[in-house]
Amino acid sequence: MSLHEAPALLRLVDQVRDAAARRSPLDIRGGGTKAFYGETPRGEPFDAASLAGIVCYEPSELVVTARAGTPLDELESVLAARGQCLAFEPPRFAPGGTVGGMVAAGLSGPSRAAVGSLRDFVMGASLLNGRGELLHFGGQVMKNVAGYDVSRVLAGSWGVLGVLCEVSLKVLPVATAAETLEFDRDEAGALAEFASWRSQPLPLRALAWHRGRLVVRLAGAAAAVGSACATLGGIAVAPDDARDFWQALRDQRHVFFRPTPAELSTGLALWRLSLPATAPPIDLPGEQMIEWGGALRWWRTAAPASAVRAAASGMGGHATLVRAAAKPDGAFARPGAALMRIHLGLKRAFDPEGVFNPGRLYAEF
Amino acid sequence: MSAQVQENPRSPADREQRRAQVVAALARVIPADAILSGVEQTAPYECDGLTAYRAPPLVVVLPQTESEVAGVLATCHALGVPIVARGAGTGLSGGAMPHRMGVSLALARFDKILRLDPAAGTAVVQCGVRNLAISEAAARYGLYYAPDPSSQIACTIGGNVAENSGGVHCLKYGLTLHNVLRVRGFTASGDAVEFGSEALDAPGLDLLPLVVGSEGMLAVTLEVSVKLTPKPQLARCIMASFADIEAAGAAVANIIARGLIPAGLELMDKPMTAVAEDYVHAGYDLEAAAILLCESDGTPEEVEEEIHRMTQVLAESGATRIEVSRDEAQRLRFWSGRKNAFPASGGISPDYMCMDSTIPRRCLAEMLRAIEVMSGKHGLRCVNVFHAGDGNLHPLILFDANDPDQMRRCEAFGAEILEMSVRLGGTVTGEHGVGVEKLNSMCVQFSPEEREAFFAVKRAFDPDGILNPDKVIPTLQRCAEYGKMHVHHGELKFAELPRF
Repeated sequence: MSLHEAPALLRLVDQVRDAAARRSPLDIRGGGTKAFYGETPRGEPFDAASLAGIVCYEPSELVVTARAGTPLDELESVLAARGQCLAFEPPRFAPGGTVGGMVAAGLSGPSRAAVGSLRDFVMGASLLNGRGELLHFGGQVMKNVAGYDVSRVLAGSWGVLGVLCEVSLKVLPVATAAETLEFDRDEAGALAEFASWRSQPLPLRALAWHRGRLVVRLAGAAAAVGSACATLGGIAVAPDDARDFWQALRDQRHVFFRPTPAELSTGLALWRLSLPATAPPIDLPGEQMIEWGGALRWWRTAAPASAVRAAASGMGGHATLVRAAAKPDGAFARPGAALMRIHLGLKRAFDPEGVFNPGRLYAEF
Repeated sequence: MSAQVQENPRSPADREQRRAQVVAALARVIPADAILSGVEQTAPYECDGLTAYRAPPLVVVLPQTESEVAGVLATCHALGVPIVARGAGTGLSGGAMPHRMGVSLALARFDKILRLDPAAGTAVVQCGVRNLAISEAAARYGLYYAPDPSSQIACTIGGNVAENSGGVHCLKYGLTLHNVLRVRGFTASGDAVEFGSEALDAPGLDLLPLVVGSEGMLAVTLEVSVKLTPKPQLARCIMASFADIEAAGAAVANIIARGLIPAGLELMDKPMTAVAEDYVHAGYDLEAAAILLCESDGTPEEVEEEIHRMTQVLAESGATRIEVSRDEAQRLRFWSGRKNAFPASGGISPDYMCMDSTIPRRCLAEMLRAIEVMSGKHGLRCVNVFHAGDGNLHPLILFDANDPDQMRRCEAFGAEILEMSVRLGGTVTGEHGVGVEKLNSMCVQFSPEEREAFFAVKRAFDPDGILNPDKVIPTLQRCAEYGKMHVHHGELKFAELPRF
């Protein structure tokens, strides 16, 4: 059945129109697995998960179209059955996450620096705007420059522009071969290795560092992975251990990412610093995990928010407060004044009554 | 607050008066020799690569510094003068076609590579740097800039950002958007802005995908940080012949379905092959209904493994002849006809119109058959090259622009191809942009509500409509006049009714 006629869509349209008429905020929810991330949701719970199911999947087109409420694990198992995957490895913080939530959060996993971000894999989307109109942007083809690329702006928009109803994503074949190697390196040594490897034609898929251990995942054609292993050296990690390690990083199940309530109550927080990969080691108190070959640096630290943000912006990046007992200074770094004006203009364009996830991204909207 | 953009005045005298006013105001912010206003001086700027569409600019400015650009923007904003930015003017959809009452902002003088950082794998370049110049500068580090539009020897990175340009290697290496980290420039009102970041993400909504491909309508790009890619050690190409279009189409699907991502996957139909062979003598199979070029790149081991698997799939898919390049010279010869498809076509016809729609790969054969029928119906020849890996078609309609009837038939033929592409679930433009050329076709692809959303996006960036007005998004009125129905993702209303 086409999206326009889906009963679940018609119910959502009614709810949106009703909320817009009353200017009553809606808290758009899929699986609710990312409620902890960003600013605290407020508004009437709005269940967007009812619009579910894979609409179209043609492995030879390298594209899948799914309704936003489709469980992420369902989508991934359908792709896996045909030897394909979501190459950007979206995190699954808990079971039950949905495709819509994945796109709205816009987060990518360990392979991001090598293969691109979730945003790069979005090909098209259908969106319910604040007037209850269903709009389609992009499509099911990779090369598409007709009109502004609104579908990709929805990636990481945290639902502030509208209700994501359907999305088309580029998928890729699972690499035929993969190996994980590890090396003893201090932080500076690891960053230097990352820089030197990056400029070589190596099948690098993920690069991480934690507690003196540099871990690299190679993936691609068997011959290429084999010769890269010979070039790089290091110690091969057993396949099961390697899989567990990368999954714990991807889903942030590694104990590093999950401060206990007791730890949080002491002022410890989990920060995500997105930096140019070549940024030098950062001097903060606490413990660090590096991903994306140096472009993503996670910190468990009790340092004041202002110090963490200054460290990130001083190196041309930004910091997000991911887990903390409280986020009085906001979860997300803020864009400059000119960009904020554009943000407000876009919000007005898509959600004139301000009903969708107000305050989820920034207090202004 | 800016004045409203001034509509075309009635008389030439009004236009001259406006020109004098704008020139006087610009002379306060930019040296006199960087302002061109005489007809002979501005004539070279009347069109871009789409020469059939022209308009004389009111004034052309050639700023040399960012503060001059800011001054020009502030001046034009205050006077309500439209601004059309341009790079090398190689665009194929009229995106840089001047506005009759506007200033053409020629940015070719911003041609410096500011920083090349091999450890980061990035380069920071000014907007007027040529696409190929980036790869040439990065070559000494074993790096290159991956997107390679066919105009790469001349086109600028600023223009690539405006059009989200592609090339023959997009399937594996992505479009401009996937290879650009950060764009710095000005908004229409002269505010300095930066989209994206040299980190892998930036705070707030990701505005970079809006700006990349916005055809100069949202902001003026002055500086771009691009991602550099390690140059593959080796590339080899397979040339495969097919006795019918359907088998060639199936071969494309089979390659992808087997988990292979070729570095390039191109198709030429029989008429195109004949034209290209005549032009470059590449040794193409003139008996074949279609030729596929399928390239693998990477380490020597990787390429050997991939070429072996690709050859196998092509053979199983019914290829009648398969040749694998033995060395670089032969690989380049295989590509020479494809790369010269446009000039070769120019040699056999007074004019050609290049279409640029994208369709799902599985519809390739159906589309080519339909184009054959349309060719007969409109009485014009058409040769086809096709970025088969991305589903991006470039039918070249051959015609004589001096014959008004041929021009009219050519436009009708082109519009029919675009409409069919939308009906098959594709898009009217894959990489050349909408510009002025495909405004009508946008009425077919997008609903009135969607087009209004595009206008609202434009207002969020450029509330007064100063930057490149009247391009890309057709007005409601224009679509009403065009009178074609809007088709959504192949979901035509009353789909059961036959249509011809």
